[in-house]
Amino acid sequence: MSSSNWTTDFINPLKNNGISVEKISLPSTILWQIDSKHWQQFAELSIQQNVRWVAGWAEHVEDRFFINACFEKQGVYVLLRSIVNAAKPELPSQATVYPAANRSERHTQDMFGINFVGHPDNRRWTRHKAWPKHSYPLRKNFPVQGEPEPITPADMNYPFVKAYGAGVYEIPVGPVHAGIIEPGHFRFQAVGELILNLEERLGYVHKGIEKIAEGRTPESLARLAGRVTGDTTVGHCWAACRAMEQAAGVEIPPRAALIRGILAEGERIANHLGDMGAICNDVAFVFAQMQFTRLRELWLRTNATVFGHRLLMDRIVPCGVMCDISDSSCALIKQDIIQLRKELSEIMPAIDLNSSLEDRLYTAGYLSPEIAAAFGTLGYVGLSSGQDFDVRRDAPYPPYDQVTFKVALEDQCDIASRFWVRYKQLNAALKLIEQFIAQLAAGDILAEWQTPPAGSEALGIVEGWRGEIITYIRFDADNKIARFYPRDPSILNWPALEKLTLNNIVPDFPVCNKSLNGSYSGNDL
Amino acid sequence: MLQLLKKILKTGVVTEKYKAPKDNELEQLGIQIKRHIDKKFSGSIAIRQVDAGSCNGCELEIHALNNPYYDIERFGIHFVASPRHADVLLVTGPVSRHMQTALLRTYEATPNPKWVVAVGDCAACGGEFGVSYASCGAVSNVIPVDMVIAGCPPTPLALMKGLLGLINP
Repeated sequence: MSSSNWTTDFINPLKNNGISVEKISLPSTILWQIDSKHWQQFAELSIQQNVRWVAGWAEHVEDRFFINACFEKQGVYVLLRSIVNAAKPELPSQATVYPAANRSERHTQDMFGINFVGHPDNRRWTRHKAWPKHSYPLRKNFPVQGEPEPITPADMNYPFVKAYGAGVYEIPVGPVHAGIIEPGHFRFQAVGELILNLEERLGYVHKGIEKIAEGRTPESLARLAGRVTGDTTVGHCWAACRAMEQAAGVEIPPRAALIRGILAEGERIANHLGDMGAICNDVAFVFAQMQFTRLRELWLRTNATVFGHRLLMDRIVPCGVMCDISDSSCALIKQDIIQLRKELSEIMPAIDLNSSLEDRLYTAGYLSPEIAAAFGTLGYVGLSSGQDFDVRRDAPYPPYDQVTFKVALEDQCDIASRFWVRYKQLNAALKLIEQFIAQLAAGDILAEWQTPPAGSEALGIVEGWRGEIITYIRFDADNKIARFYPRDPSILNWPALEKLTLNNIVPDFPVCNKSLNGSYSGNDL
Repeated sequence: MLQLLKKILKTGVVTEKYKAPKDNELEQLGIQIKRHIDKKFSGSIAIRQVDAGSCNGCELEIHALNNPYYDIERFGIHFVASPRHADVLLVTGPVSRHMQTALLRTYEATPNPKWVVAVGDCAACGGEFGVSYASCGAVSNVIPVDMVIAGCPPTPLALMKGLLGLINP
């Protein structure tokens, strides 16, 4: 495509509006540095060009803050940066233009004390009561141990949105939920059964991942990245390793890339099997839950046999993978794929023809394409609401640059769409694994690590099972990590849940929530 | 509907049987658990699972205990929605400081006698996260722990073994 690089066309409107861009070359990333006073204006111009807001984070470097935001269009990413003085850390907010930037800016405000002027909602977000108001954990002078009280009190006085009127009542839910699920708080305002408003309050599983990443070695960081969210251990580990490898200029062997592809698609299949069963279970269709948990268990057992870990943790390491795959293992996987297809060909028609499922899943949890776009929703949530984007196709990386596959789409924007998109993705993943196995040629599975010079930085972008994962890494001297920021797709998908539950009934909230299935841990960091 | 019934019939009972292949110790374990539960808890124990800061990996494997292969409920072990109904708290994660009070309150809401099982390496010793401004580390730093099931995450079989250890120390 001739116009594939929107960045060249975008320079002119920027210039015409008096925004001068300093271009800095990074390995496989475009970095633009602008004056902080233009931060918001840049967003105003980029949204006119349908450029997507991807991620935002900051970094404390000596007496300055680097404020970063990442943008994408047509698979081309731009890393935008402004530098502000630590004495007066403020710049105009992009969240007024891109709702997607809202919570990231609040996170940055809580963790660095950076003031995003004009932010539409500058309540605290990640900070509850574990550290005081005017102290900022990601500043370099904040010790990793902090000064916590013996018992951190409950976060009692968060200013939730209120609703008043005859018959309006409030339902607080969480942080400890009724099921085997991560903690978070949901505040509903309802009239009768109808949900008038839902407000999420997350941050309960904030574990200080960004802070404890500082000073780690690449191997140690890969382990931590694999635990950003346990259901996406392959995805996050891959994104972090890719960022570190690009920063260090390391290229992984083709065999390692193919094995990474097999691991990532395997993770997608296991999670989709789990989710599809759970969605049906939330509308009391237990047949599907039993069948899908059974298939998921079989899949995990093959993982254990072939890769030595049911959830595939720590299989990806910097420079490659730590486990090779034998011919007999390939045969086992291929046989499993045939069996899984056969099982699904029996289960899916039974599900498709079930009128109780149809009644509960169709038109419920509607997310309009406009709202999906505004929040930058990703993965199966975006793909069911008109957001046709997949990193594997649009910004392909090895091994996806050697295969062809179809990105699944659904257009009804409801829970049923999010269910069927998962099924289509699952089928595509099975085909991809077959293609990767067919391409496996003998060779190394690990390259040699090269210690990058201090200050080396890069992005690692992969398509996790929930959607695009983007990870930023900067190295310090001596092979140590200076900054690690992983942006899980959940960070952009969670706000969509507040919208898609509106006008649904309270008893349908669990299935609405499951159809999106955001990660709490990946959001809270 | 016919397709559905056909599939159910065709799937049959996949729950793993006693005298299954020799490498399969699941059934053996289950039987022992059941015997002890019968003796000490009149046939059943109720578990309340609390994620106090985990990465969600442990939850996935605890979920698996309810799939048709393990079907832990047949041994009288079942998961309940409220700590007030529970005999055992199954706690995962390093305890994040933001969850500390919630965990303490859950513990207080659980009637005596009660047992606390710390599940996973993070719950056992802090794991990859340790103690920091945001994390209290091991569960035992916050509430008394009766036993630990290690692993990152522990497999469903390890979880079953661990529960047996609790009941038969």
